[in-house]
Amino acid sequence: MNPLFVRQLCACVVLLALLPGCYREQRPLPGAPATASPTDPLRLSGLQPGEPKASATANNPFEKNAYATSQGKRLFKQYNCAGCHGSGGGGGMGPALMDDKWIYGPEPANIYATIVQGRPNGMPSFGGHIPEEQLWQLVAYVRSLSGQLGSAVAPARSDSLSPGKAEQQRQKEEPREGGLPQQAQ
Amino acid sequence: MTMRVLFFLSFLLHAATVAAAPSQNALRPAGIQAERIHDLWLLTVGVCAVVFAAVLVALLLALWRSGRSDATTAPDVASLAAPEPTLKRNVLLAVGASIALLFVLIVADFQTDRLLGRMPLADAVHIEVTAHQWWWEARYNDPEPGKIFSTANELHIPVGRPVIMTLKSSDVIHTFWLPNLHGKKDMIPGRTSLIRLRADQPGTYRGQCAEFCGLEHAMMAFLVTAEPNESYEAWADAQRREASNVLSARESRGRQVFMERSCVMCHTVQGSGANAVFGPDLTHVASRQTLASGVLPNNRQQMAAWVTQPQKLKPGTNMPATALSGEELEALLDYLGTLK
Repeated sequence: MNPLFVRQLCACVVLLALLPGCYREQRPLPGAPATASPTDPLRLSGLQPGEPKASATANNPFEKNAYATSQGKRLFKQYNCAGCHGSGGGGGMGPALMDDKWIYGPEPANIYATIVQGRPNGMPSFGGHIPEEQLWQLVAYVRSLSGQLGSAVAPARSDSLSPGKAEQQRQKEEPREGGLPQQAQ
Repeated sequence: MTMRVLFFLSFLLHAATVAAAPSQNALRPAGIQAERIHDLWLLTVGVCAVVFAAVLVALLLALWRSGRSDATTAPDVASLAAPEPTLKRNVLLAVGASIALLFVLIVADFQTDRLLGRMPLADAVHIEVTAHQWWWEARYNDPEPGKIFSTANELHIPVGRPVIMTLKSSDVIHTFWLPNLHGKKDMIPGRTSLIRLRADQPGTYRGQCAEFCGLEHAMMAFLVTAEPNESYEAWADAQRREASNVLSARESRGRQVFMERSCVMCHTVQGSGANAVFGPDLTHVASRQTLASGVLPNNRQQMAAWVTQPQKLKPGTNMPATALSGEELEALLDYLGTLK
């Protein structure tokens, strides 16, 4: 037998054997909902009575999960975020989410607080209406709009025709202070 | 012995549940379209059975006639050298018969398709069926806009009247399959397909998604109830009514829970403030036989389990778990029970 062919065959077998070891992303299924008030709530400040405790939820658990981010994209449309912020985050009645300006801060916790509590001049409060895991999915997607997530996580395409680049192909915008809340008309 | 008894008992149990369940059987056609498909199926099975039997007989005959030998004698291979005029004739005959039978099947196939397209469509019911991951939305269209209504996972159709279904998908490819009434039809996102059928026997028939569409593909079923025209019209009139806002104190509390929690983000209850379209329309949820797209029987316990632990019953479903206190859950169940 041709030695080159044998070598190629061996390489194929070895590569095939390595294939099962490849990383496969897990799909987290939401578990049982919390029944009481969470003992570890979202904390926007490090100053706390007693011994300070870092919040477990201040970092988004879905930041590195492509499935959760794509669920966030679906919810962004379904819950009508797109109605004010534009379907690709380009803005409209509400401020754009794809640029580098963050009125209330670029951290996941800031975005979470904005969705849950609402903001003056038009941002509704969705607290109580959207379950915890869906909130974090939305937060992950909102951050992908300005390229804050890695390209392995950000959605690559839309279900419907949409102008502009997919979230995956957007350049990362360096967050900076600025931007003004929408003025009441 | 006990094993055998257990096996027999489980078989009996299985047979009983199958008998009680709504029919999902292409071999029991309940409408003109399914009957024609069934005829074609019978012809195909008949032809294939005859051909299979003939091939087996020929094989056995060849084995029986072949030269035999045992361990001590040499096989008789003289026949291999002799000319075989009958062999040539037999092969030609078999090829000819195969071609002729194939031709019969092609003609029958073509003819069945023509017959399926010939069902008269006067006075048809128009239903727009949209498949979602993992449930079915049905919108009953009418030239009079006030008579349009939506329901989910459970359709009613009149016996003897043609039904034209417009099939759509909102996410991935699904397939509409209602074997007692018609064949399969793909539902492709961005495209519209049509299926025309007619139920000629009253009954409840089960349909199922027949194209793998994700985690809960197997739990994406629907029921179709075929009933006489008068009861169909009565059902449709009831479905057109808005939900009543005359509620007891506890039911009002349930309505408040519905509006304040995540239910209102996806579901519609006509006549209330809830009008989101990403989950099944719940205006008449209490009138349905099943929950979660044909997965659970519709009763109070199952509804409670479905609201609080949907991921346990149908892992991966887009219905999120909702944390409710005991009082809130009971009130919500009372309210949902009024949506008849």
